Amino acid sequence: MTAAVTMDLEAGTAPGGGVTGTGALTVENFSFWYGPTQALFDISIDLDPQAVTALIGPSGCGKSTFIRSINRMHDLLPGARGAGRILLDGEDVLDRGLDVVHLRQRVGMVFQRSNPFPKSIYDNVAWGPRLNRRPSRRELDDVVEHALRRAALWDEVKDRLRENATGLSGGQQQRLCIARALANEPEVLLLDEPCSALDPIATQRIEELLWELKKDLTIVIVTHNLQQAARVSDRTAFFYLGRLVEHGPTDQLFTAPREERTEAYITGRFG
Amino acid sequence: MASTSLHGASVGDRIFRLATTAFALSIPLLLVLLAIDVAAAAWPALKTFGVAFLTSSRWDAVDGVFGAAPAIYGTIVSSVLALLIATPLAVGVAIFLSEFAPAWLRQPVAFLVDLLAAIPSVVYGLWGIFVLVPFLRERVMPLLADRLHLGGTPLFSGPAYGPSMLAAAVILAIMVLPYISSVTREVLMAVPRSQREAALALGATRWEMIWGAVLPYASSGVLGSIILGLGRALGETMAVTMVIGNRHEISSSLFAPGYTMASLIANEFSEATNDLHLSALMAVGAVLLAITLVVNVLARWLVWRVQRQGQA
Repeated sequence: MTAAVTMDLEAGTAPGGGVTGTGALTVENFSFWYGPTQALFDISIDLDPQAVTALIGPSGCGKSTFIRSINRMHDLLPGARGAGRILLDGEDVLDRGLDVVHLRQRVGMVFQRSNPFPKSIYDNVAWGPRLNRRPSRRELDDVVEHALRRAALWDEVKDRLRENATGLSGGQQQRLCIARALANEPEVLLLDEPCSALDPIATQRIEELLWELKKDLTIVIVTHNLQQAARVSDRTAFFYLGRLVEHGPTDQLFTAPREERTEAYITGRFG
Repeated sequence: MASTSLHGASVGDRIFRLATTAFALSIPLLLVLLAIDVAAAAWPALKTFGVAFLTSSRWDAVDGVFGAAPAIYGTIVSSVLALLIATPLAVGVAIFLSEFAPAWLRQPVAFLVDLLAAIPSVVYGLWGIFVLVPFLRERVMPLLADRLHLGGTPLFSGPAYGPSMLAAAVILAIMVLPYISSVTREVLMAVPRSQREAALALGATRWEMIWGAVLPYASSGVLGSIILGLGRALGETMAVTMVIGNRHEISSSLFAPGYTMASLIANEFSEATNDLHLSALMAVGAVLLAITLVVNVLARWLVWRVQRQGQA
């Protein structure tokens, strides 16, 4: 498998379920520790491009720890360390020599609470592109518009791009955060319970958006909401106590789970 | 039974509220009374000299002619210069302590920086006379004037006496640094983690995160800390009096001695024998009071504007 991955990389195609395209993630025997406490045990899973993978499980089961490992958000945490491999298009993201800045541009992230910068809507979306490239005014305008359109926010904000982003509603702020991530043209989008602070209508808009976005992205979403996982995802992975109990196509996992614990969780017997 | 206890509570409440209201009102009242007193005492001098009190450089107790322009100029220039020196240093210290310093270094360094604020002003003055002024005269001033060939420019021209506007500004910079630094540090540490994570997740380096997300978020607080430092610098008396040279003259050169309003009052109040001299000193006090009030109002307004930009 490992050899095949390397060869695939050289041939310019991505590994992972045989789907071609970039942004394929392959996780092999990944474990993670916060200091002496082990948070994740031996996770192996393929996260497919052009698909939404939902991570479900009770609080504290390691879903967020896992998703934050993919773009190395734990780096600043003293004592945090991982073992195993997380391959993005064949390249191990845990490799110490890897350019984390570049990785985070390829792997966008949206957080539980929307966190726009207290700047204008335009400057929020332009923040990432301005970092490493020096785009011309014209280019930047195009990037901002494109990102806002992809995040289904353009029509609502096109006349007030210069207004402060903190004046937007909660749902709009979260879509702005998605647009901000998309402006970097990532291959992977990680969402850590993006709807937990939103009302049902705003939630529905984000779910529809994910459906559109997955056409050219690898999407991984952590959610507490089982209905949401069932609605938006192609594949679902069930985490429990730091272990990946079961993963598979969403309809199969929800209708015919292989594991007893999965069934217990999705039928609401614990969680 | 229940109704009496309720009644009792409401009387106690009323007394408590009256007492706290009285306490709260007494402070603004004190400020108003003080301002009125100073203004009244300053009035004879202001009436005698008019605008010339603010614009004239002649301060002659023997002839009874008083113009405070050098002191007003000196106060403003030394304070602004002090801020120019102190702000980058203080913000740098704050960024280091809140973002980069390892935990074991953070507390001791922060404590030592804060300790700068605890050193008595007169000790700074003494250090200024015996260490800072000779150092400036023998090393810094020759370096600026001769080695860097800045001696021809108005800012660094003239002989290097030692006691000077530059010495006052440097000592003020050291004195206001802990105020700016500790407030800025608190403000930076209060920037939510979510803002930092947003920046990092977009591919920012640590420096880009600080420059592009943390500092802008904290900008109103940082501005407030600088204004706090300015307020301190404007009123500082003892240390400045000891190193500024105390001469009634406006010079463009930072090497030349100058005066500040606070030093002027401190130096002359005990020798002010006639009423006009005393009134002139009171007028200097009134101008200083007015300037600090204006600076504070301006500061509040600036902070409010930045906050509104940030959050509205």
